[in-house]
Amino acid sequence: MKQLPSAMFLVASLFSAQTASAVDFNVRIINLSSGIHYTPFLVAAHPAGTSVFTVGMPASANLQAMAEGGDISGLVTDLDGLAATIAENPAGGLLAPAADTNVNLNTDGTSNELLTIVAMLLPTNDAFAGLNAVPIPTDPGTYVYEVPAYDAGTEANDELVTGGGAPGAAGIPADPGGLAGLGGTGAATADANPNVHIHRGSLGDLDPAGGTSDLDSSVHRWLNPVIRVVVTVR
Amino acid sequence: MRFLKSTGQLALVLGLAGFGLAACDNDDTFVRVTPPTPPPAMASFDVTVTNLTNAQPLSPVAVIAHQDGYSVFTIGQAATIGLETLAEGGDNSMLISEADADVSAIASASGAAPIGPAGSETVTVEVLESELPDLRLSVSTMLVNTNDAISGLNGVDVSGLAEGDTWEGHTIVYDAGTEANNEAAGTIPGPADGGEGFNAARDDRDDRVVMHIGVITQDDGLASSVLSGQHRFDNPAVMVRIERTD
Repeated sequence: MKQLPSAMFLVASLFSAQTASAVDFNVRIINLSSGIHYTPFLVAAHPAGTSVFTVGMPASANLQAMAEGGDISGLVTDLDGLAATIAENPAGGLLAPAADTNVNLNTDGTSNELLTIVAMLLPTNDAFAGLNAVPIPTDPGTYVYEVPAYDAGTEANDELVTGGGAPGAAGIPADPGGLAGLGGTGAATADANPNVHIHRGSLGDLDPAGGTSDLDSSVHRWLNPVIRVVVTVR
Repeated sequence: MRFLKSTGQLALVLGLAGFGLAACDNDDTFVRVTPPTPPPAMASFDVTVTNLTNAQPLSPVAVIAHQDGYSVFTIGQAATIGLETLAEGGDNSMLISEADADVSAIASASGAAPIGPAGSETVTVEVLESELPDLRLSVSTMLVNTNDAISGLNGVDVSGLAEGDTWEGHTIVYDAGTEANNEAAGTIPGPADGGEGFNAARDDRDDRVVMHIGVITQDDGLASSVLSGQHRFDNPAVMVRIERTD
């Protein structure tokens, strides 16, 4: 290599820099759960040094809107500001238990090296699945990520299905599976940890017409991981 | 011919192949001495399964070596009857027969006994070296103090393991979806109950494999459960170490 003219070396390094960032890949998201639906997913490739949330830090207002009500529009605006490569709502609505969806992304000509995927778990107060700024592999192949549920830390996990989905409104927007009860008195007050943290899981109870929670402990609990992400780099 | 589970069978297959070759060579007028067939090059994998739970013995494990195309289960799809038999009663024999009958399967092996909490067992599986490209290993076992919880690996790619290399991973717990998780007396085969194992009825909410949500137990509000808080589990439930020894 030392004998190569400097112009040749320059060409070689430009070529390798280009191939490193030109990634054409497919993202498959599998809902592993038996009783949890997901609100529309946000899938984004974005530059190094950026993220939509940091574990252990307070959620942004736009992350809160996603986690409490499934609204990804604010996060999309944030990511547009970073010139991110974005796929919104690949499932075309809710992703049902045991269902999967997939979408193609191409980061050719961008500096988007990290992959983030978020969506809210229903029925919960402010739980979301989060694959957080992982490096997008560049070698062709299949890469599997198992993703945990985080608590945004922004809303009390009262487990009451009240329709409250707007940021700051108490309660759970809905149970798309239709298996939640009603008449609960409230499972919990404000989170002890107000920052983004691993969700402790829903409590639920076995009383569909009372008890502390509207959720059913035999249906709406989960253990991590909650989604599996399969990235296929072409 | 695909299922070479003992060296005896293997020798038989190779012997027949040698005979076929000699018989085709009918233009040769000289008598040839057939050179001794060299022993086939084998690859051997030690699969060590360690139980990480507090009070969930694991049923004897099934270890299946296969190529792309076989899978113990798929999330969202109904369990096979072999997986149901394992998941409800801890009997791996039908799952292993199903695998052996699959065109993508290569070899299989069973653990000798249940693996108690904190226990471990090593099961060895052998394949021909020529079968290493695209080789995958699957491992399956039941958490016996449940209605139909299973854990294991689904098709780990071990084609790149050189002799002496190891792969280590942790496994999560799935719900086979074939039996309601009522935790009721008489429905759980493990020592917590001594109840029924396999039952052909499929009475879970949805007949499909998903993640397990965990057991509720009598200590957390399910008064009719035979399980106690001791039987709760979390992920990961099992550690698997795969070493290519030959």
